[in-house]
This record gives sequence, C-alpha cells and structure tokens, in this order.
Amino acid sequence: MTVYIQLFFSFLQVGLFSVGGGYAAMPLIQSQVVEKYAWLTMNEFTDLITIAEMTPGPIAVNSATFVGIRIAGIPGALTATFGCIFPSCIIVSLLAFVYYKYKKLSVLQSVLSSLRPAVVALIAGAGLSILNIVVFGSNAVSFSNIEIIETVIFVVAFIVLRKFKLNPILVMSCCGAAGLFANLLAENL
Amino acid sequence: MNSDENKKDDKQKISENIEKTVSGEKKGSVLLKLFLTTLYISAFTFGGGFVIVTFMKSRFVDKLHWITESEMLDLTAIAQASPGAIAVNAAILVGWRAAGFFGMITAVTGTVIPPIVIISVISLFYKAFASNKYVSLVLKGMQAGVAAVIFDVVCSLGASVVKEKSAFQIIVMIAAFIASVIFDVNVIFIILAAAVLGVIYWAAEKRRAKSR
Repeated sequence: MTVYIQLFFSFLQVGLFSVGGGYAAMPLIQSQVVEKYAWLTMNEFTDLITIAEMTPGPIAVNSATFVGIRIAGIPGALTATFGCIFPSCIIVSLLAFVYYKYKKLSVLQSVLSSLRPAVVALIAGAGLSILNIVVFGSNAVSFSNIEIIETVIFVVAFIVLRKFKLNPILVMSCCGAAGLFANLLAENL
Repeated sequence: MNSDENKKDDKQKISENIEKTVSGEKKGSVLLKLFLTTLYISAFTFGGGFVIVTFMKSRFVDKLHWITESEMLDLTAIAQASPGAIAVNAAILVGWRAAGFFGMITAVTGTVIPPIVIISVISLFYKAFASNKYVSLVLKGMQAGVAAVIFDVVCSLGASVVKEKSAFQIIVMIAAFIASVIFDVNVIFIILAAAVLGVIYWAAEKRRAKSR
C-alpha cells in the first residue's frame, strides 16, 4: 500500500509544480524519481526521457506510467498517472472559473513572468545531468572517461537543430542510427 | 467595436449550441464525440503541448464549432499558465466548455489513455530491449540526440527571456540556475521562491505606478 501512496504523492508534486508544460516537468520528475526515491537510475531516466520524446503524450504522463508500471504494475501506472493529473483538474477548473468571472489577473501574469525564467534554468539543469550521462556514461567525470562517439553525435545534433530547425524526432532517429553504426564500426576497427 | 459584437454573437451562438446539447437528448453523443476526438488527438500528436493545442483548435473550433476562436486563445493561455501538462490542461478546459463536469472527466480520460497504453507496452519490453546490445547502442545515440533537443529548447526559451530585456527576469534565471546546479537546492523550493518573487515584484510595480 505504501508504494501506491508514495507513487501518488510523488507524481502529485510533479503535476502541482511543473508550470509551462513539456520539459518543465523534467527537473521535477528527476528530483522525485531519481534523487528522492531512486526508482530509476540516471541512465534509466535518460532512456525514459528519450522514449517520452519519441512517443505521443505529455512527458509527465509518460513518466508516471513508465515509473508506476515498473514499481507496482498496471495499478501503479494508473495511481501515478492519476496523481500527476489530479492537481491540474482542480487548479485549471478553478482558474477557468475565475477567468470567466474576472477576465484578466495581473498578479497571475507577474507570477508567470517570474516563473518562466526559473523554469528555463531548471530545464537547463536537468539537461546538464542528461548530458553528463551522454558524455561520461555512468563513469566519473574526468577527461579520460569521455565517450567520444556520443559527444560528437550530441554536438552535431545540437548544431543541426539550432541551424536548420529540423524535426526533433527525425534528428533523434538519425542519432540512434549514428550511435549504432559508429559504435559497431569502432569495435571492428 | 464591430469585432467585439461579433465575438459576443459567436459566444451566444455557441453557448446556445452547448445548452442545446447539454439539455437535449444528445448529451451522450457529445460525450462520445469528445472522448473519441481527444483520444484521436492524443494518440497522434508528437511534440508536446503546443502542437496538441493547434490540433484541438482545428477540431473543436473549425470542425465541431463548440468553441470560438478567441475563446480558444484564452483557453490556451490558461492551459499554459497552469501547473501540469498543457495537453491535459487544455482537455480539462475544452471538456468543461463542451459538457460540464462529465465533459471534463471524459476529455481527460481520452487524453491520457493513449500515452498510458503506449508507454505500458514499451515498458514491458524495455528490460529485454535495453539489454540487447544493438538496441542499447541505438538508445545511446538517441540519448545524445535528446540532450541536443533539450539544449536547443533551453536556448530558444532562454533567448526569449533575454529578449524581454527585464533585469528582474534575467536575475531570476541566473539565480535559479546557480541554486539548482551548484547548490543542489530542491526544485520545488526554487519554483515556490520564483512565484513569491513574482508576487513581490508585482506589488512593488503597483506601488511605483501609484506614486508616479
């Protein structure tokens, strides 16, 4: 029973504190799932974000299902997902009600304008821990542990995304293919 | 003026439409249509909240005429401003508008079923999958790709914050980054602190405007 309660409240916090959609949930999921409860390793978490990116559906819901099912099967998946959408159901309904009544709220806009830069910084932080896994694998951070192939793929993909604004899913698929071929080639040389 | 009147007309028409459907015998069919539409949209949209909102607009505004265009813009703003996934938030708002409380439940259920099913299936295979040598090599390459995607998003979002040219926002961004990456402060504290700062800033601005 405790595991369901933990799953519920853990994803309740993810749902409650991720403002701004999409990647905003990522640092929260990392702090709950990797750091607080150690339900996933950082490597598994990175796989999870990769899978979430390649499939339809919000990152928060995808993660809740993935973590829930691994910890406590289908009921776990449903519990975690419910926890993650529950705050939205209440807050959005209230906001909609207030909005229809008073139209604009300057406080809300000011809070948002201060939350947005904080959320960008937090996403950058979560991105750095994922980059750490990419560049150093699960090894210690040191120059001799740099995984050259993955680092090169990251740099090339980043430049391609920035310069040509290609579809992220297409870029990630190419990265997967590049990772397979480059590593196989390196092994056979 | 004119467009305002139009808007009012539109809104009236739509609330009449909705009243008709809610009070009439068609409520069941509205819920079914709402469920199938949100299910369909959620199953086929890759790429996050903003994409899904565009799809919702084309279905609910252009095709079903349940919501006006200007209302959809407002709903999008609320969905973005609220905590939680944008897709889920938008479904909650559209559901309320189309068929009240049960509409909300129906739309949310339709939106979460596809990701639950897809991820459940993937997670069943994940263990076997990830221990396969070739799959894990592909995954490693894709991890590098996802890191690039995240930093691309961070650059775009960061640039839009810098473009606002508000010293306050830039300081909040730098402070949040330092707190999170260097001092390992809990994410929730950082978000709460930013929200409180937003309220203080709003109060200070209001005071300054008054004294002027």
